[in-house]
Amino acid sequence: MSIPTNLKYSKSHEWVKSEADGTVTVGISHHAQELLGDMVFIELPEVGRVLKQKEECAVAESVKAAADVYSPISGEVTAVNSPLVDEPGKINEDAYSAWLFKLKPSNTAELDGLLDAAAYNELVENEDH
Amino acid sequence: MLKMTPLNQTHRDMNAKMVDFGGWDMPLHYGSQLDEHHKVRQDAGMFDVSHMLPVDIKGDNVRDFLRQLVANNVDKLTLPGKALYSCMLTPQAGIIDDLIIYFLSETWFRIVVNAGTADKDVAWMLRKRDELAPNLEITPRRDLAMIAVQGPNARAKVWQVIPDSQSATEELKQFQSAVVGQYFIARTGYTGEDGFEIILPAADAPAFWKALYAAGVAPAGLGARDTLRLEAGMNLYGQDMDETKNPLESGLAWTVDLKSERDFIGKQTLLDAAVTHQLVGLVLVDRGVLRSHQQVVGQKDGVEYPGEITSGGFSPTMNQSIALARISAQIATGDEVDVVVRDKKLRAKVVKYPFVRNGKVLV
Repeated sequence: MSIPTNLKYSKSHEWVKSEADGTVTVGISHHAQELLGDMVFIELPEVGRVLKQKEECAVAESVKAAADVYSPISGEVTAVNSPLVDEPGKINEDAYSAWLFKLKPSNTAELDGLLDAAAYNELVENEDH
Repeated sequence: MLKMTPLNQTHRDMNAKMVDFGGWDMPLHYGSQLDEHHKVRQDAGMFDVSHMLPVDIKGDNVRDFLRQLVANNVDKLTLPGKALYSCMLTPQAGIIDDLIIYFLSETWFRIVVNAGTADKDVAWMLRKRDELAPNLEITPRRDLAMIAVQGPNARAKVWQVIPDSQSATEELKQFQSAVVGQYFIARTGYTGEDGFEIILPAADAPAFWKALYAAGVAPAGLGARDTLRLEAGMNLYGQDMDETKNPLESGLAWTVDLKSERDFIGKQTLLDAAVTHQLVGLVLVDRGVLRSHQQVVGQKDGVEYPGEITSGGFSPTMNQSIALARISAQIATGDEVDVVVRDKKLRAKVVKYPFVRNGKVLV
């Protein structure tokens, strides 16, 4: 599966989409869900929680393992994808539409430090070897 | 270098996700572990279990040797083809392995042992053979492959592929087996569903696997095998028990014969043992997923009793998390306990297992 070029990525396999209203949407990458296998449990952060970059803020558990989700940038949680809690398999179906939460960034400069699609692709390929 | 079963290339051709399982290169899943799990509960799936080892014991009076070697009583095996589940114990009653013994004739018994313990099992058997019955012949059969076909429609699909086997195997009850030409067919399994475990020459395994696939049997990996056996409440060696645990604290008292006069390795230790722990089922009440090694805290009369999850996971059939746990014998079925999951304590209910059998939830 190709890596969407309109998104940015963290080294810990979260994707980040900058929205027109200044917020960002966060999910986990296709590669991450592939490594984890069938997802069975999602725990999302509370709306209003203020996160620091790289802070543990959600849990994604598959049949195989539990994985922590880290906030790719600092900011306040403005929305969470609650229906995902009842259908974690949506992440396996399409990781880039099954978002986890939205943030209002507190430091937009952090966005520039994230990986673009080409750099993320390289990270994934190096991991595979 | 990982060890490979005769079906290794077949798995790769079917796009299996391969993993290192105790030194064996084995399929974890072929796309979706959950789909494979449901296919076995509702229809038919197949597992390559050729990493397990059949060991043939032949000669005069094999039965007498096995009376001493294993904790269950082989005298229960009266009908040729009958199988018996048992533990093989150290003198200290630690579990060397759990295995299935097939009685073929008074001069030929076949034992199927776990992959990870195969080398030490065979070494132990040879050592005990030298002490107790030096004229017996013990032969590890790495020339054979083993395929488990499991699910409500499993037997019918096997008969579709080997029509000649139907007459010899349709009357088999649970834990009975028959030899049909080159196939050794047993009505046993590790999923809680009906089905067969079939032992056959390694060279014939790929064609047989493909014929089963063509008959509509879904390939299933170790991932589904683990969730199916957990729902079925079947112990996994190395996780729910090992040489530091005895069968009485591992939910396996029913496999130990302490009543007959027969002496067996580990018997005296078991007779003297004070059993303080038990293996129980847990069903998670709160949201989350139970995993092995999570700590369990039970309470009785204001006293806390610690325990540990030995196998935990998500039950696809029940759509909630379940576990096997070793906890104090003071805690009773129906009690609620706490399980420490990351930084939280989650509530779980103590239940009798199996959780699922023949497609039905029992708890």
